[in-house]
Amino acid sequence: MRRVSDEQLVELIEAAIFVSDKPLSKKRLKETVLKDIAASNMRIDEAINSISEHYQVRGIQLVAVGSGYRFQACKRLTPWLSHLWQEKAPKYSRATLETLALIAYRQPITRGEIEQVRGVSVSSNIMKSLQEREWIKVVGYKEVPGKPALYATTNQFLDYFSLSGLSMLPDLPEQHDVKIDQILSDPSVRESSE
Amino acid sequence: MTVVSDTPQPFAFLNGQAVIEKPEDLYIPPDALEIILETFEGPLDLLLYLIKRHKLDILELPILSITQQYVAYVELMTEFRLELAGEYLVMAALLAQIKSRMLLPVHEELEEEEDPRAELVRRLQEYEQFKVAAENLDELPRVERDIFVAHALFDDSDASISERPDIDVKELLLALTEVMARARTFDHHQVSAESLSTRERMSDILQYLSDHDGPCAFTNLFRIDEGRSGVVVTFIAILELIKEQLIDCLQVSPSSQIYLSLQLQE
Repeated sequence: MRRVSDEQLVELIEAAIFVSDKPLSKKRLKETVLKDIAASNMRIDEAINSISEHYQVRGIQLVAVGSGYRFQACKRLTPWLSHLWQEKAPKYSRATLETLALIAYRQPITRGEIEQVRGVSVSSNIMKSLQEREWIKVVGYKEVPGKPALYATTNQFLDYFSLSGLSMLPDLPEQHDVKIDQILSDPSVRESSE
Repeated sequence: MTVVSDTPQPFAFLNGQAVIEKPEDLYIPPDALEIILETFEGPLDLLLYLIKRHKLDILELPILSITQQYVAYVELMTEFRLELAGEYLVMAALLAQIKSRMLLPVHEELEEEEDPRAELVRRLQEYEQFKVAAENLDELPRVERDIFVAHALFDDSDASISERPDIDVKELLLALTEVMARARTFDHHQVSAESLSTRERMSDILQYLSDHDGPCAFTNLFRIDEGRSGVVVTFIAILELIKEQLIDCLQVSPSSQIYLSLQLQE
């Protein structure tokens, strides 16, 4: 085990996150670059905090997403930066987004359950492309006849939407459960025939 | 619904309230209809659209008018020969069932009997919930569109090679073939029988090298206009000079340019 100063640890972690192809988790940091270095979890946390603070005033910031830490351009710069790419970012169909939303909020969920809420059959293409993008994966099979696959979202899904966890998803719009029975049982709401 | 006249009379009565302003989204040109119908994500989506069109709450689900409109849309879909998914027909049947149940007199004593609309209202609410959730998801900042990931390049080639590699005779020959190939393209068919002396060429090279301060590129020593024999004589002269340790031959890295320089006098 080699000993390094706090400054050296900061340098090493900063460089590792920058050159890594994918977001770098603390676990992966310890398994790779910090393998032979004596660094406690606390020291690693402190180093990450100090890197994060350092970039407070820069165009780049350190963020924690689903599968680890990565550097990304500050959001306020997006309108200018987007000119660097000529191709427009892909747009996703409503069917794709609704399916993805159901999997994200109701996971683990079967295809049948998705179809029940949406009222239409889910095309195999949508499920296939979501799996190819590695946004969803099969996490098990439901113990019901036919043993349908149970789908869940992945860390790559969180990375793509820059979320550190599922709890960071916007809240589901509220449902007025109480109101339904109230209003429906009120005879005055009953529709008069036209 | 009544036809609008010029006078600012109520346009229609909705839930007992007078509607004076003409609601938006009332008239759909037939051409647009086909496109609109194709954009629905299913029967629940179509029902939601119809409810919103009437600026109503889902909870006020006016089964009678909604069913009539829904069936009209489904008929239109068949008319336009759109691929009509079975789900739309199932919903039409469900609406008709609810409608018929609502026409039956309500038995006050049967309190447990649920409003026939309740189940559909729940499904509509649930669908709307996820429809909005999907829209929210679409607005979340995402990589490719709003987020640009920063990367730094990791240069793993070791740039610290400083030692001079030995030059293999093969490298020299390779360089020679290159020059020969070049010379060939300039080849003249009539070469005068000019005798070229290797010794003379050796002196020429030494002169050339002392005129030029520092190393000279191997290829620069050849005069293309002399043709093949000239190239050969120059090459032999260079080999002779190297053998006599009068000049130095160096190459920075394999297959890079070969340089010649005068042997430094100790």
